[in-house]
Amino acid sequence: MTAGVVAWILLVAVAAYACGGGVDYGAGFWDLVAGGTQRGERPRWLIDHAMEPVWEVNNVWLIFVFILMWTGFPVFFEAVFSAMWLPLALAAVGLVLRGAGFALRKPTTRLARRRLYGAVFAVSSLVTPFFLGAAIGGVASGRAAPGVTASAEVWANSSSVIAGLLAVAATAFLGAVFLTADARRFDAPDLEKYFRLRSWCALVVVGVLALIGLGTTHRHSSYVYHGLTHGLGLLLVLLSLVAALATAGLVVGKAGWARFTSVAAVALVIFAWGTAQRPYLVPTSLTVQQAAGATRPLQWLILVFLIAIVLVGPPLFLLYRLDTRGLLEAQTEADVEGGSTHPDTPST
Amino acid sequence: MNTLTALLASGGPAQEAPARQMMAFTLGYHILLVPFGVALPFITLVMHHRALRKNDPVALLLARRWSAVMAVQFAVGIVTGTVLTFEFGLLWPKMMGTWGDVFGLGFGVEAWAFFLEAVLIAIYLYGWRRLKPWTHFWLAAPLPFTALMGAFGIIGANSWMNTPQGFTLDSSGKPVNVTVQQAIFTPMFGPEYWHFVAAMFLTAGYVVAGVYAVGWLRGRRDRYHKLGFCVPFTLAAILTPVQFFLGDNIARQIYHKQPEKFAAAEIVWNTGTHVPEYLFGRLQSDGSVKGGLKIPDLDSFLAGFSAKTQVTGLTSVPADDRPTTAEATLVHFTFDIMALIGSVLIPLALWYAVYWWRRRDLPRTRWFFRCAALAGVASWITVECGWITTEVGRQPWIVYQYMRVSDAVTPTKASSLWTTFAIIVVVYLLLGGAFVGVLRMMSRRWRRADLGLARRTDEGPETDTPYGPRPEPAAVAPGSSGASGSSALPPDPGTGPTRGGTQ
Ligand code: HDD
Ligand code: HEM
Ligand code: HEM
Repeated sequence: MTAGVVAWILLVAVAAYACGGGVDYGAGFWDLVAGGTQRGERPRWLIDHAMEPVWEVNNVWLIFVFILMWTGFPVFFEAVFSAMWLPLALAAVGLVLRGAGFALRKPTTRLARRRLYGAVFAVSSLVTPFFLGAAIGGVASGRAAPGVTASAEVWANSSSVIAGLLAVAATAFLGAVFLTADARRFDAPDLEKYFRLRSWCALVVVGVLALIGLGTTHRHSSYVYHGLTHGLGLLLVLLSLVAALATAGLVVGKAGWARFTSVAAVALVIFAWGTAQRPYLVPTSLTVQQAAGATRPLQWLILVFLIAIVLVGPPLFLLYRLDTRGLLEAQTEADVEGGSTHPDTPST
Repeated sequence: MNTLTALLASGGPAQEAPARQMMAFTLGYHILLVPFGVALPFITLVMHHRALRKNDPVALLLARRWSAVMAVQFAVGIVTGTVLTFEFGLLWPKMMGTWGDVFGLGFGVEAWAFFLEAVLIAIYLYGWRRLKPWTHFWLAAPLPFTALMGAFGIIGANSWMNTPQGFTLDSSGKPVNVTVQQAIFTPMFGPEYWHFVAAMFLTAGYVVAGVYAVGWLRGRRDRYHKLGFCVPFTLAAILTPVQFFLGDNIARQIYHKQPEKFAAAEIVWNTGTHVPEYLFGRLQSDGSVKGGLKIPDLDSFLAGFSAKTQVTGLTSVPADDRPTTAEATLVHFTFDIMALIGSVLIPLALWYAVYWWRRRDLPRTRWFFRCAALAGVASWITVECGWITTEVGRQPWIVYQYMRVSDAVTPTKASSLWTTFAIIVVVYLLLGGAFVGVLRMMSRRWRRADLGLARRTDEGPETDTPYGPRPEPAAVAPGSSGASGSSALPPDPGTGPTRGGTQ
C-alpha cells in the first residue's frame, strides 16, 4: 500500500520531469535544427528569450526521481544504474554540457565561440533525452533486471533505441508547441507559423515512432504491450491521443491552450506506461512490493512530500502569479552598473 | 596525483580507483561552490536590508551585484550537484541498493529545500525592478533557511555514513526495523552540522571580503569597497572563534565515535596514554613517524584534558579495517592544515575587532588587507581539507563498519570509468574556466561603469550573463518556458532574416 503510493509519486515525478524538462530540451532541439547563423537567427532569438532562466527547477524533478528511487526502491535503483550504466553516464555528461553550453553562450561575444557553445548546448539537448529515454526503454522492456550488469545488448536494442528516439521526438513536440505560444505572446506571426508547422511535424514523428514502439513492445515485452492495449492503460493511451490531436488543432490561434494539452498528452502516455507495467517496476522480474524499502522510511517519505507540497506550493504559485502579472523582470545593465541614468531604474 | 594513485591502489577491485577519484574530484569541485549556495543569499540580504533601512544607494548596488553573481553561481552548483546524484548510482549502486531506504530520506528533504530555494531565488533575482522594495526583500527572507534545510539533508546523509544507526540487520544482512529519527540524528550529525554551517558562512564571508580587499590593495579605497569588505568580513570574523570551538568539539566527537579516524588524523599507531601530538609528519608502515614536530602528551591532553587519557591507535583494528598508512598521512596533513588555518584566522579576526573597537575604522596597513585577501583562499582550502579528513578518514568503509567501499563499487569495467572520469574532468575544467570568465567579465564591466566610462561596443547588450543582468528590451521572466508574462519586442521582422527554413 505505502509502496504503491510511493510508486505513483515516482511516476508523477517522472511525468513532471518529462514535461518540464521536455519543453527545455525541445527548445534546444529546435535551436540545433534552426539552420545557419543567418537563417536561424530569428528562431534562435525566440528560443533564447523563451528558455526559462529557472531551468534548474526542472532539473530538480530529475533529482526527485532518483531520490524516490533510492529511498523508496533501493534494489530497483541499483538494478537500473548497474544495467543502464552507459546511457545514464552519457546522460549525466550531456546534462553538464548542456548547463555549460547554456551558461557560456550568453555571455560570449565572439560569434565563432558563441556558435561553438550554442552547438554544444543544442547537441546535448538532443543527446540527454535520448539516453534517458533509452534507459526507460530498458526498464519497460524488462532488460534492467536485478543482477544484470552493463552491456551493450541491455540498452542498444530496438526497444531502448525507439524509446530514446520517442523521448527526443516528444521533447521536440513540447518545445515547438511552447515556442508557438511564445511567438504569439511576443507578437511574431512569422515565428508562430514557423513553430506551428514544426509542432505538427514533430507530432507526426511521435505518432510514427509510437506505432513502431508498440510493435517492438509487442515482440519484446508483451507484458507492457498487453497493459497498453487493455483496460486502464488503453484508456490513458486513447486520452493521450485525444490530447495530442487537440494540441494539433489548438496551435492554430489558441497556442496558449495548446501548451496544456501537449503536456497532458505526454503525461498521459507516461501514466499509461506506469499503469501497463503494474504491479512491476521492472516487468516480470521485480514488483513494486519486492523492490520496496523499509516501511517506516516510505511513510516518512510520503510525509516529507506532503509537507513539501505545503511549503513549495504557495511560493511556486506566487512565482507564476508575479510572472503573469509582469512583475518579474531581469535587472538591466544599468541597474547593476549603478549608472542610474536609465529612466526605468527604480528610485529605491 | 601519482601519490594519490598509489594511495588508492589498495587492492580492491579495479573499478575502485577510478570510482574513488571521480567521486573525490566531482565532490571536491562541488563543495567549492557550496559556501556560496549556503551563505551568499544571507550576506546579500544583510546588505540589502541595510540599503533599504538607511536608504543607502551604495549598499543597494552591492546587493544587486551580488545577486547577479548568485544567479551564475547557483547554475553551476546545480549542474555539479546533479552529477553527484547520478554518481550515487553510477559509482556506488550497491550502497544505495542496500542502504538507500535507511539514509535516503535526508536527500528527500534536501531536494525539496533546493526546489524552494530555486523558486525564491527566481523571485528575488527577477523582482528587483518591479516589486515594492520591502516586499521584494521579505519574499527573499526565507532563503537562508532553505539553504540551512538543504545542508541539513546532505549532512544528515553524510553523518549517517560516518556513524550509521537506526536499523537492525536480519539474518541475510539486510537492514530491517528502520527508525527514521535515529537514522537522521546520528551521533555525528550535530557536531558535523554546526561545524559545517559555520564553515560555509565563514568561507563565503572571507572570500567575498577578499574580493574587496584586493580592490582596496589596488587603490580603490571608496565607500563601495569599504562596505563590500566590512559586511562579509564582520560575519566571518565573528564566526572564526566560534568555529575554533566547534572544530575542537567535532575532533573530540570523532575521538569517541570513530576512533580509527581520530587515530589517522593524529597518526596514533598504538593505543596508549601520554600520546604525543605530531604537527605534520608522515606515518611509515612500521608505525614510526618521519618528520613533523612532536609535542609530548598533547594529543592525550586534547582528547580528554589529561595526559593520562587513553587514545585508540590504528593497530587496534586489523589492517584492512582501517585507513592505510598513506591515507592516514593524508588525513593527518589535511586535519593539521585545517586546524592550523582555523587557528591562524583568529588573530586576523582579533586584529579587525580590536582596531574597530578602538578607532571605529579599518586597519590602515596594507598587511591587514593582504591577510584578509589570503583568508578567502585559505578558508576554501580549509573546506577541502575538512572534507578529505572526513571522507578519507572513513576509509575503507563507505558505511562505517557496515560496508566497504570495495563492496559498494559498481561492477562496470574500470576502463569505462576512467574514460568517463576523463570526460568529466575536461568538461568541468571548461565549465570552471567559463564560470570564472563570466565573473571576471561582470566585474570588469562594473568597474568600467564605476569609473564612468562608456561600455565598450563589442560588449554591447549581447553580453548578458545567463541569469543575471539582461539587456534592456529582452526582459525574460521566469516560469515555465513560455508561461512567462513580461514580453519583449522581437527585432523588426523587416530587418531580421525573417523566413525560417520551411516557409
Ligand atoms: C573554513 C572552514 C573550517 C575551519 C576554519 C575548520 N574546519 Fe574543520 N571542517 C570543515 C571546515 C573547517 C568542513 C569542510 O566543513 C568539514 C568537513 C566535514 C564537515 O562537516 O565539516 C570539517 C571537518 C572537520 C573534522 C572531521 C569531522 C568528521 O570526520 O566528521 C574535524 C575533526 C575538524 N573539522 C576539526 C577542526 C578543527 C580542530 C579546527 C580548528 C580550528 C577546524 N576543524 C577548523
Ligand atoms: C552526502 C554527502 C557527501 C559528502 C559531503 C562527501 C564528501 C566527499 C569529499 C569532499 C570527498 C573528497 C575527499 C578526497 O579528496 O579524497 C569525498 C570522497 C569520497 N567519497 Fe564522499 N561525500 C558524501 C557522500 C559520499 C557517498 C554517498 C559516497 C559513496 C556512496 C562517498 C564515497 C566517497 C569516496 C569513495 C571518496 C573517495 C575517497 C578517497 O579519495 O580516498 N561519499 N567525499
Ligand atoms: C546547502 C548548500 C548546497 C547547495 C546549494 C548545493 C547544490 C546542490 C544541488 C543544486 C544539487 C543537485 C540536487 C538537487 O537539486 O537536490 C546538489 C546535490 C548534491 N550535493 Fe550539493 N549543494 C549544497 C550542499 C552540499 C554539500 C555541503 C555537499 C557536500 C560536500 C553537497 C554534496 C552534494 C551531493 C552528494 C549531492 C547529490 C545528492 C543529491 O542530489 O541529493 N552538497 N547540491
